[in-house]
Amino acid sequence: MLADKDRIFTNLYGLHDWGLEGALKRGAWDGTKGLLEKGRDWIIDEMKASGLRGRGGAGFPTGLKWSFMPKESDGRPHYLVINADESEPGTCKDREIMRHDPHLLIEGAMLASFAMGAKAAYLYIRGEFIFERKQLQKAVDQAYDAGLIGKNNKNGYDFDFYIHHGAGAYICGEETALLESLEGKKGMPRLKPPFPANMGLYGAPTTVNNVESIAVAPDILRRGAGWFAGLGKPNNTGTKLFSISGHVERPCNVEEEMGIPFRELIEKHCGGVTGGWDNLLCVIPGGSSVPLIPAPNCQDLPMDFDSLVAQGSGLGTAAVIVMDKSTDIIRAIARLSYFYKHESCGQCTPCREGTGWMWRVLTRMVDGRAEKREIDMLLDVTKQVEGHTICALGDAAAWPVQGLIRHYRHVIEERIDEFSSRSDTDGAVTSKDVETV
Amino acid sequence: MPKLNIDGTEIDVEDGITLIQACEEAGVEIPRFCYHERLSVAGNCRMCLVEVVGAPKLVASCAMGVSDLRPGPEGQPPEIKTLSPKVKKAREGTMEFLLINHPLDCPICDQGGECDLQDQAVAFGGKLSRFDENKRAVEDRNIGPLIKTIMTRCISCTRCVRFMTEIAGFDELGQTGRGEGAEITTYLDTAILSEMSGNVIDLCPVGALTSRPFAFTARSWEMKKTETIDVMDANGANIRIESRGNEVLRIMPREHDAVNEEWISDKSRFVWDGLRSQRLDRPYIRDEGVLREASWKEAFSTIATKVNSVSPVRIAAIAGDLCGVEEMFALKELLTALGTPNMDCRQDGSLLDPALGRESYVFNSTIEAIDDTDLLLIVGSNPRLEAPVINARIYQNWLNGDMPIYLVGQDADLLYDYESLGDGPEQLVEILNGKSPLSKALEKAKRPMILLGQAAFARDDGKDILALAGRVAQEKGFVRTGDNWNGFNILHTAAARVGGFDIGFVPGEGGVRTNSILNAAEKGEMEVVFLLGADEINVNKLSTTFVVYQGSHGEIGAQMADVILPGAAYTEKSATYVNTEGRVQMTSKATFPPGEAREDWKIIRELSEYLGKPLSFNTIEQLHQSLYKTAPHLASLNSIDVEQGGEMFKNFTMKELQLRSEPFGISIVDFYLSNPIARASAIMAEMSALKQERDRGAA
Amino acid sequence: MTNNAAGVQQPESFEFSSENLEWAKQQLKKYPEGREASCTIPFLWRVQEQHDGWLPEAAIRYVGDMLDVPYIRVMEVATFYTMFALKPVGKYFVQLCGTTPCMLRGSEELKKVCADVIGVQNTVTSDGVFSWLEVECLGACCNAPMVQVNQDYYEDLTPDNFRQLLADLKAGKEVKVGSQTGREGSCPAGGVTSLTDKGLYDGKGGQG
Repeated sequence: MLADKDRIFTNLYGLHDWGLEGALKRGAWDGTKGLLEKGRDWIIDEMKASGLRGRGGAGFPTGLKWSFMPKESDGRPHYLVINADESEPGTCKDREIMRHDPHLLIEGAMLASFAMGAKAAYLYIRGEFIFERKQLQKAVDQAYDAGLIGKNNKNGYDFDFYIHHGAGAYICGEETALLESLEGKKGMPRLKPPFPANMGLYGAPTTVNNVESIAVAPDILRRGAGWFAGLGKPNNTGTKLFSISGHVERPCNVEEEMGIPFRELIEKHCGGVTGGWDNLLCVIPGGSSVPLIPAPNCQDLPMDFDSLVAQGSGLGTAAVIVMDKSTDIIRAIARLSYFYKHESCGQCTPCREGTGWMWRVLTRMVDGRAEKREIDMLLDVTKQVEGHTICALGDAAAWPVQGLIRHYRHVIEERIDEFSSRSDTDGAVTSKDVETV
Repeated sequence: MPKLNIDGTEIDVEDGITLIQACEEAGVEIPRFCYHERLSVAGNCRMCLVEVVGAPKLVASCAMGVSDLRPGPEGQPPEIKTLSPKVKKAREGTMEFLLINHPLDCPICDQGGECDLQDQAVAFGGKLSRFDENKRAVEDRNIGPLIKTIMTRCISCTRCVRFMTEIAGFDELGQTGRGEGAEITTYLDTAILSEMSGNVIDLCPVGALTSRPFAFTARSWEMKKTETIDVMDANGANIRIESRGNEVLRIMPREHDAVNEEWISDKSRFVWDGLRSQRLDRPYIRDEGVLREASWKEAFSTIATKVNSVSPVRIAAIAGDLCGVEEMFALKELLTALGTPNMDCRQDGSLLDPALGRESYVFNSTIEAIDDTDLLLIVGSNPRLEAPVINARIYQNWLNGDMPIYLVGQDADLLYDYESLGDGPEQLVEILNGKSPLSKALEKAKRPMILLGQAAFARDDGKDILALAGRVAQEKGFVRTGDNWNGFNILHTAAARVGGFDIGFVPGEGGVRTNSILNAAEKGEMEVVFLLGADEINVNKLSTTFVVYQGSHGEIGAQMADVILPGAAYTEKSATYVNTEGRVQMTSKATFPPGEAREDWKIIRELSEYLGKPLSFNTIEQLHQSLYKTAPHLASLNSIDVEQGGEMFKNFTMKELQLRSEPFGISIVDFYLSNPIARASAIMAEMSALKQERDRGAA
Repeated sequence: MTNNAAGVQQPESFEFSSENLEWAKQQLKKYPEGREASCTIPFLWRVQEQHDGWLPEAAIRYVGDMLDVPYIRVMEVATFYTMFALKPVGKYFVQLCGTTPCMLRGSEELKKVCADVIGVQNTVTSDGVFSWLEVECLGACCNAPMVQVNQDYYEDLTPDNFRQLLADLKAGKEVKVGSQTGREGSCPAGGVTSLTDKGLYDGKGGQG
């Protein structure tokens, strides 16, 4: 288990003072000026050396991303945009940073902005996080008042931190949809290229980073890349916030070392699977967008990027959704399918049409009102969506369904058999025919 | 020049183009729905996916620039596969997705026969539907009398939204909602009152937006298609008349990059019902105050009797805005033979004068050059109403780049932002003196343009304003002979005007112009007035004059006539028109004139016999021979032949200028009702009424 | 979508309160010149806060005029984002998270409570007190199941404590925001399993 001294988010649960005073006590804003004085290149090199991979889901190396920004401005400003749209089902970690440890984030934003030549950072927070937005704004005001940020601040680098909010759209977590939304438009992902580092917010060079990626930066720079890289495993370094939800005794957020085995993670912090380890059906290890992993493969399952990819899944946002044997797995995945249908922006044909189709077929399969040949058809539909859209929402909608069919085809078949064996319901229309929402 | 390997063939392509364009150049067909070469790239339909060898995913060829591709590990050109199994599967998948919620109403869909969805489903789709759920239904929208919506058919390509925003400059169409609930709509279902809206019908790749007036009229393949020229304004848009039997059923744009790209105005597109009503289909004679039907012979004899009884100087002719060069030429020849110098093609009273040379009355820079202009000064014009397609070009350049626009004249919603400098000619003096708010910007401009509308010249000091504008143009850099730039541009409102000037259909030696003709007639000093399709004049002044009206529609001019000679509309004759930039174009006969009506030059030819002054030509070929002797440049179709020497500017001196302080007026008050054909159209009348209602509501 | 505003009694006009107008002016300063459209979402949200939780049509024009954004573009935004309601909602607008993590922990039971206590989804009760809507993941999955009532999250719900919460809201009683079982944030129920090192909090830089 990760030692407390190696934890970055020491007020994860809000048990201590979230404000500036408390944050200073816990080490925030310590020597920030000195870090800035080491220069842009040093910061980026240090971030690269730390091995930090983006905490928003894709796992792209953060230092490398920062290095894509133009070294010199061509007259356009540079922007850091912080993605606080946290909407991936299962994920609720950034919320804790913003309401309980906001100063780590603000300090990180300043360091990151400096490293990329940005004078301003915009944080885009999902609209529903109203308390978190207000709390974070208070922290920002504290930082301004204390002369830590703003014009002519103590740290010697003019820097503004602005909070902007959305209004209910999962897709705005996609970085270019987020930029569209921040510009006041519908959150429809942009075509790439051009990439944000060349043409981002307001047509200017922009880097979009997840809240957690930014908030860990100050500690990495203070303690050194070696410290962070020494935790976890090669290419999967450092600590990570895990959001554990679903069928565990005590769901929670917790900061742990990358690569911690799944079983250790939930037994140490969550009291284990409800009804005991043997009651585990499967786990979605990285937020709803990654395929599930059935129990037999969970025994020694290291929770890191590469190990989970090897299992045909992914670490994603490290939102661990645990399902025990009481779960109707078809229903659980059908509900995710509904989520993607609901959240598709509607831009690309395969996603706009395919998400609804997948959900409707799955909804019938929950009841068993389907034919077995439709399982392969459904799988084919997921393949027709996957990889054919502007952004990754299409993939995200396809993968859970693919995971379901890969591992639980027999359950779907049994359900169909069961339904067709009940002559009284043969062909009957059930309540599921009516769209509920 | 980057090299590409497309389906095994290596080609060189231009830097900066997209993959879909490169494929087109290579002769490889890429299916698409949302992509349109004149609109921004949306990349949303996903139909044009191709395989770039080495790329993890298929790429949308419409959105990928060839310059964004990297060569292979050994420097070999990027390899594109458009026929691989992966691509085929993706296309079939997208096709299937587009069709699952598309209604199966092709038999009753007006898009049938010209439907991209239908065509591409056949070419690239799979075979059977696997969709077993209920199809989505979408409520139709009422967006006005021109565009019919069947929104269940919409495939969300957003071409219509992009057109309205990027080209028409009319930000009232959008896509609301999201996901499968996304819908195309106007704000609160209000009617679109853009002068360019009909183009979305052509852009819509499916039957979601179709022509309401044309609904259920005909299938595209059963109509005869005639390539011709529009005359609703002086832009000279290239159009295609689609007809069945002797009826025009619809009008479509043709591509001409330099003139109208591929757009036409709503008036050009929907005026066709005006070709059917109020037509003059036989000659008439006024007998004891009442018009009665007559034979051609009677009509001609009546005219001859009258004309032979009066002195030639008491005879005059006015040519209207829709006249072809041929009939004006024939009429001029006849008048000359009669010895009357009183003729004018400027029924609006404009004082532009062909004697100053072509450079003084055309859009010298060319229409296409609007794209390169870096400053625009509009004087006495509302381009939005006078030439919507040209205005759309101005809008696009304004939207895409840094072209400040200034206006001297009546304020109006031109769709783009402009700085108003004032409304009278004194502002031009300020500019000349370097004291205008635009003076600074003008110093920086390299390709500035001054656009002068007819409202600047249709006034008593029109000649002086022309002289002043000419001086401004020359001294303030609008004309740069060294740089091969002439930004001195006249925007005409009448399709006939430049052609009329080109053959000199203006008062000859001792002759008088439109206003004087009318005033003289009122006083009884002008005894015979020949109106060649002239309807936009004050006919009340002709109440005691012997009036011959020759034209296609029984309207203002015909009401006053003593003899009516039924002529042909622009769709019914082959006639030359010269657009505002001096481009010579020719219409083609799509249908026959109704009843006994005839092509106009033939009427005049026959009349000349009765008048004892037979014209020298008997066939159109002979007429053209004679015409091209007078104006050789008219023989070169589609070319612009204007001497760009800046010669005309030398004729202007500032000494005797007598400017009037009154503001510039308005040339076109009601876009929808600006000529006799439009005024005969019920569709135009409905649009006009809607517009007035909207304006009242806004006021 | 469920946001069809047909048949809604619309006010003739809308204006920000002077307080909100002042706020709006401050907001505009956050964005570069010419980028005022960025304020579209924040302004629409502020309208909704001022206007009993829903967006009247007049406000869409008001915001469009204020930001020089065409009405249809504002309408696009208002219909794209699910937090904007184009028709009235209850005094207490209950948004119940129904996505899988909440579903696994009993949100379907909470839906029954809503149907029982409030009635048909997306319909305001006759006394105007409640309306409810099943929404997608609200990002409080470690405290599932949960609902958002107006601006606040209520977490760790059971049919019983949820029923009580609704009753208390209706009765105008003060309610506790956040976990309904007394948990601190998303800390494991019953106490922390990490962050027990007191050295972290003594202000002496316990982090090594």
